[in-house]
Amino acid sequence: MVEAPKRIKAIKFGLLPPDIIRKMSVTAIVTADTYDEDGAPIDGGLMDKKLGSIEPGQRCPVCGNTMGECPGHFGHLELARPVIHVGFVKLIHSLLKATCHSCGRVLIPQKDVERYLRLLRKLQAKWPALARRLNEDLLKKALKTTTCPHCKAKQYKIKLEKPTTFYEERKEGVRKLTPIEVRERLEKIPDADVKLLGLDPEGARPEWMVCTVLPIPPVTVRPSIFLESGIRAEDDLTHKLADIVRINERLRENIEAGAPELIIEDLWDLLQYHVTTYFDNEVPGIPPAKHRSGRPLRTLAQRLKGKEGRFRGHLSGKRVDFSARTVISPDPNISINEVGVPVEVAKILTVPEKVTPWNMEELRKLILNGPYKWPGANYIIRPDGRRIDLRFVKDRKALAETITVGYTVERHLRDGDIVLFNRQPSLHRMSIMAHRVKILPGKTFRLNLAVCPPYNADFDGDEMNLHVPQSIEARGEARTLMLVQTQILSPRYGGPIIGALQDYISGAYLLTLKSTLLTKEEVAELLTIGKYEGEIPEPAILSPKEYWTGKQIFSLFLPKDFSFINKTSTCIKCETCFYETCPYDAYLVIVKGQLVTGVLDKKAIGAQVTESMLHRLIKEYGEDYARKFLDNVFRVFLRYIEKHGFTMKLDDVIVPEEAIKEVENILKEAERRVYELIDEFKKGELEPIPGRTLEETLELRIMEVLADARDKAGEIATKYLKRTNHAYVMAMTGARGNILNLTQMSATLGQQSVRGQRIVRGYTKRTLPHFKAEDLGPAPKGFVYGSFSRGLSPVEMFFHAAGGREGLVDTAVRTSQSGYMQRRLINALQDLKVEYDGTVRLPEGHIVQFRYGEDGADPSRTDHGKAVNVDRIIQKILSSEA
Amino acid sequence: MVRKVKILEHELVPKHEVLSPEEALKVLKKLGITPDKLPWIRASDPVARAIRAKPGDIVKITRKSPTAGETVVYRYVVPG
Repeated sequence: MVEAPKRIKAIKFGLLPPDIIRKMSVTAIVTADTYDEDGAPIDGGLMDKKLGSIEPGQRCPVCGNTMGECPGHFGHLELARPVIHVGFVKLIHSLLKATCHSCGRVLIPQKDVERYLRLLRKLQAKWPALARRLNEDLLKKALKTTTCPHCKAKQYKIKLEKPTTFYEERKEGVRKLTPIEVRERLEKIPDADVKLLGLDPEGARPEWMVCTVLPIPPVTVRPSIFLESGIRAEDDLTHKLADIVRINERLRENIEAGAPELIIEDLWDLLQYHVTTYFDNEVPGIPPAKHRSGRPLRTLAQRLKGKEGRFRGHLSGKRVDFSARTVISPDPNISINEVGVPVEVAKILTVPEKVTPWNMEELRKLILNGPYKWPGANYIIRPDGRRIDLRFVKDRKALAETITVGYTVERHLRDGDIVLFNRQPSLHRMSIMAHRVKILPGKTFRLNLAVCPPYNADFDGDEMNLHVPQSIEARGEARTLMLVQTQILSPRYGGPIIGALQDYISGAYLLTLKSTLLTKEEVAELLTIGKYEGEIPEPAILSPKEYWTGKQIFSLFLPKDFSFINKTSTCIKCETCFYETCPYDAYLVIVKGQLVTGVLDKKAIGAQVTESMLHRLIKEYGEDYARKFLDNVFRVFLRYIEKHGFTMKLDDVIVPEEAIKEVENILKEAERRVYELIDEFKKGELEPIPGRTLEETLELRIMEVLADARDKAGEIATKYLKRTNHAYVMAMTGARGNILNLTQMSATLGQQSVRGQRIVRGYTKRTLPHFKAEDLGPAPKGFVYGSFSRGLSPVEMFFHAAGGREGLVDTAVRTSQSGYMQRRLINALQDLKVEYDGTVRLPEGHIVQFRYGEDGADPSRTDHGKAVNVDRIIQKILSSEA
Repeated sequence: MVRKVKILEHELVPKHEVLSPEEALKVLKKLGITPDKLPWIRASDPVARAIRAKPGDIVKITRKSPTAGETVVYRYVVPG
């Protein structure tokens, strides 16, 4: 008979009282031995049969269950002398200090005791949090009292010597308190006073914190394991318990034999040590108990604590079926919604499919293919719930004929199935997205490059996980809420987190350049790759041959009513802007779906860029359009850059001799300025910056001069770089790198810094012995004149390494710190929920915010929290009238 | 000399007001909660003392918000 499920109303934690330990015990443990010569458990030993059934087939003598069902039963061990429980030493210490050693009362006057008890009762009913505060305050108050207000006895200082020894400092001298004495004192505290100190005397009498009986956990929590050699190895807990039982026996024998006090005390301390390490083997102040091999034992506290402990490792952390993990690699030809899954993986992951009249034939074919041929099936579930493993079916053909409506077939993963795809660390919701499966040859998961930013993935060996939802509901939910195209706009900053990166940007730039002219064949190729269906427009140039511009080709993919105006990132910020007539083609104008002027670059189509052309397209034409755009148009960009060819060579960062001369002059001039400043400083003519010392002022001024020099050198160098230079194109369009990187390659590396300062440490008064002491000039403090292309001197190389090391250390420290912060934030915020009325509440209904984010706005669906974007409307109307 | 500061007039202190029992009931009804599920404010809080809020009262706070312009929140006064 199945019992009705029991509903848990409340859980109360308390201390286990000695009499309950004895009552729930099925046997007293009297010997440290475990098995006799025949390998049978000894009665009264640590592996007593009554403690639970752990061998298959064996019936438990207590509950009559076999291995799987018997939960195990506690035994108990009578300690020859009481010992202190390490988990409660701090509490015991404050209880001893807060109560009188002779009468056992709290050190608070009687009339206050009554008053506080009444107050406490009231608070506990209404404000449990405040009741706790009151208890703390009362404890503090009691600790300050030096004479007992009840019996007028003078109070002594009680000291705790870690981990478990108490001393009392009397006038006559310091005296050790034995656990027996400690227990006696705790026993004397009346229930009412215990309440004042914040304990519940019903569930936690203070004297229970000193153990007189030890519960012996059932063997089910400390099973022995059999090694291959057939030797039985006991659990760490069993080892520890054996130590305790052994010492306990010796202590008892010695006491009974009337051994000298010294010996008894030594054994008692040893028992205390063993019990302490049994509870927690990482107590500071005592050596951890070791296994014979020298490995520290994993005792009770260690089983619960930490990442691999019971809580984090087993209760919060779960392992799942229907999942796969492998290396990822890029595939620009699949949709952003898709994920490429290797055939080998697809043959293991399955989707349960119910047999219907409409899919029966198809499922039969799958069964015929069996588990080793894709697309096939691995299991059949009969209407009665029995599973048939297709690996062991000889005649699959006959079996395939038997399936009818009501059967379920666990078929292989195949194209179009919905799966969840995840890359750790899962820092935001876009770290797990739903994809459509595309089975591909090879051994890696393939993903579109545009979805790298949300996962923060690259292909230097990253691995990702894949999960297959098993129910129709789960698949439906994943498809409508988690599909990649629904996640293009990030709730973090409201912009597209999926967009163009690296070569896509370079390609788009090259395609939309004014100088790009395409023949009919080229146009046809690009439009085919972009899956364009429709007519080819009039060519921009008719004679001598028909040519189309790249801008024309791109325009074909834009909605016919789309208009947009923005500066591009290739804009060089001229003093007077020519807007539409920009001579550099750096002003992006789209009118009614036609790209009129300007080039595409990071500002227009880049990932993680807000208010871009791409952002507007996604918002105004929806996620389906956005997906098609990202799939098709981006493929066109890639095809164009492939046809065009795009590389970077050493020559790209080499500047002509005269440029090097110019740079040298600038750096020389800067050096002269620095020494001028130093002279001024030495003469005391330097004007300090407000709030800074003279030395700081000098440092700041020098750094300013040197940074300025580097920027100027960069300007000179980039001036000599052609606008068609591929390295320069990448920096300019935002595809990869920046102007500073180019400067460092072709002109000068500039100042190296550690902690935002010029490099100071090293030898006394100088960084390296190559310099004069106390030279504050550029070179001795880490200014690197050399560039990556011309090379660094050994000394420069050293400074560069010092600066580079700081960067590495920073990233290492930052990731661990932000990881821990993230963990704590998630633990604190995981139960918050935005209710339908817009309030943010805890599960019990406590209000945290009266309106989500105070404005109730979803950043990814509004423009800066406003209902309408006025600027955008004006822009649209103006350009549609033009 | 001890200078008295009128905290209610300080720029950074938003407008606090004690709700009448009828108003309080209306707020609770709107949110569908019991008062203890509101965020709390101590009766000893300087502003709560300045507007003489007693434990059990509900305080309405109207403050400036960078995202919503102006926003209204409520606090339940608790002893302390």
